[in-house]
Amino acid sequence: MSDIAASPDARPAPERSSLLSLSEHTKKRNAAEKRFEIYGMIAVGIGLLALVVLLVSILGNGLSSFRQTFLTLNIELTEEKLDKSGVRDMEAIKKVSTFGYGPLIEAALERRMAELDIAIDGLDAGDAADIISKEAPGQLRDFVIANPDLIGTTQEFRVLADGRIDGYYKGRVSMESAAIDSNVSVEQLQLAEALKDAGILATSFNSDFITAPDASDQRPEAAGLGVAILGSLYMMLVVLVLALPIGVAASIYLEEFAPKNRWTDLIEVNISNLAAVPSIVFGILGLAIFINFAGLPQSAPIVGGLVLTLMTLPTIIIATRASLKSVPPSIRDAALGVGASKMQSVFHHVLPLAAPGILTGTIIGLAQALGETAPLRLIGMVAFVKEFPGAPPEGFFDPASALPVQVYNWTQRSDPAFVERASGAIIVLLVFLIVMNTIAVILRRRFERRW
Amino acid sequence: MKDHRTTESETMNDTKISARNVQVHYGDTHAIKDVSVDIQDKTVTAFIGPSGCGKSTFLRCINRMNDTIDTCRVSGDIHIDGEDIYDKAVDPVQLRAKVGMVFQKPNPFPKSIYDNVAYGPRIHGLARNKAELDEIVEKSLRRAALWQEAKDRLQQPGTGLSGGQQQRLCIARAVATDPEVLLMDEPCSALDPIATAQVEELIDELRQNYSVVIVTHSMQQAARVSQRTAFFHLGSLVEFGETDRIFTNPQDSRTESYITGRIG
Repeated sequence: MSDIAASPDARPAPERSSLLSLSEHTKKRNAAEKRFEIYGMIAVGIGLLALVVLLVSILGNGLSSFRQTFLTLNIELTEEKLDKSGVRDMEAIKKVSTFGYGPLIEAALERRMAELDIAIDGLDAGDAADIISKEAPGQLRDFVIANPDLIGTTQEFRVLADGRIDGYYKGRVSMESAAIDSNVSVEQLQLAEALKDAGILATSFNSDFITAPDASDQRPEAAGLGVAILGSLYMMLVVLVLALPIGVAASIYLEEFAPKNRWTDLIEVNISNLAAVPSIVFGILGLAIFINFAGLPQSAPIVGGLVLTLMTLPTIIIATRASLKSVPPSIRDAALGVGASKMQSVFHHVLPLAAPGILTGTIIGLAQALGETAPLRLIGMVAFVKEFPGAPPEGFFDPASALPVQVYNWTQRSDPAFVERASGAIIVLLVFLIVMNTIAVILRRRFERRW
Repeated sequence: MKDHRTTESETMNDTKISARNVQVHYGDTHAIKDVSVDIQDKTVTAFIGPSGCGKSTFLRCINRMNDTIDTCRVSGDIHIDGEDIYDKAVDPVQLRAKVGMVFQKPNPFPKSIYDNVAYGPRIHGLARNKAELDEIVEKSLRRAALWQEAKDRLQQPGTGLSGGQQQRLCIARAVATDPEVLLMDEPCSALDPIATAQVEELIDELRQNYSVVIVTHSMQQAARVSQRTAFFHLGSLVEFGETDRIFTNPQDSRTESYITGRIG
């Protein structure tokens, strides 16, 4: 060693470095690492900020849709108006339209106002009654048809307040805006205030938002998600029942049984490509095949489910194949080595070990399908549906809506009350997605492979 | 290569497995070149040779595990008890029940110890009821010298055992189907010396009932456990004979180079 150091053309011996002082090179490296860490933190920060902004905006706009303003009135169900024959003939009772029920509610409000001595200058009885939702007579009629025995009695009812009155308590409508709005007058708001002081009008939890069907443009206060939730649920059932077995069977065949040749390579590439096909293309396919060719009804959950199945299949197949691949081949060897057939080795050993991955993939696929809007528009699920679909399996063929489509639908309407409704629907959709993802995480944790 | 097959007198047993002119191709690779060998019953036969010489491949031909590899083609004849195992009428699944296999890495199923051993008998319908199955499990674990350690924890996962215990569990699983031949592909390479000694002892006991074929990288192991040894080199069977003779008086120069550490 000393010879080399002593030779004249050898490189100069490096300076003795101390471990306590950092060399230039190390400093640079540390700085680069620090910088990268900061970039990463900034990226995560931006992501979190976006999430917070989204949640604040949606929760801020939408949470109020779970609360609604109601009036509590004692309504007299007069026999002469509702059942002229007096024999409780259902046919006769059903002949009375909502026009027959409107005056009863109006009278009840008038009576209550007189009792409480509430009078607002410049507000006649008709205008006063306009603070009650136009949906109320219909709801009262439904109630009477369901309970014909109660005709002739006086019942306490919680009737919906008009959307503008509701908006007043949620900050959408003010005295100033009412003065220039032809839909609501300052006097009506004053009446609402007086009724609130008297304890007749109150804002409380509104379960109808979850259970009631959609309502027309003029009645945002009555619009609910019932049909949309049921429609989405039906579609998810169809997707689960079709996509899971087809997807898992296809993956098992491709991964475990199929010979590796040009054809299976081609199929593999195409499955990956299918996962990237824009969803609206599946909508057009569904329209062409399921509705125009097969003649299935429009707006039906079965068609929506079939379209979403096509869309979800690649996701499930890719996830299933990945989890089958992750099962170590030694397990297959072990099973084959004791004389199990190929199928026994797959079903007894490989599939149970791959199950958590398959379930997670399926749930993620379902969650993706649950939020899909574009293909459903093409098959007519964007239509206004007020009737609940029937029970399965016939219900799969009845018209229904779907959650994301309902959001889209509501954002298209003019009444600002629907903005709140749409945000509320997004909250419901997000809750469903969070629940599904939580299930996926729990399943993964629970059946985590142990070897 | 046939010249190198043993010509010594067969001392005690009949031929169990007889291979003639076996050729194996993986795609374009010629992995086994014209191997002919006779393996005797109730004997431990060791396959030795450098890595990639084809000894594991040849072992996997004996229970047709190579069938699971798409690109693998096997030609030639392998007979067990005079029956051609590559005959079209032979179902490899049935064959593998008769020819058990233990792999290099212990690979118990992620199930209980009991279920690991009971799996083979269950799928082959060897037990008519729970009592018979219990009996088979106990007998197999005893044969694998694992019963004393495992009898109180039969319902615990097999993957929770130590490496040596796992390998003995795999042996128990292999003998549970009552095979006639037991193939072992480097069964001790993942084990420490103590576990290796236990497994070797076990192999010697298994010889009472089975024809055992073991692939090993360790020449000491081959010398310790086997009665007959086959030396493979570059896909060919170079020499086959009594273990003692192979290690003391090899007839082929390649064998001599290998066992003295000059090649491989």
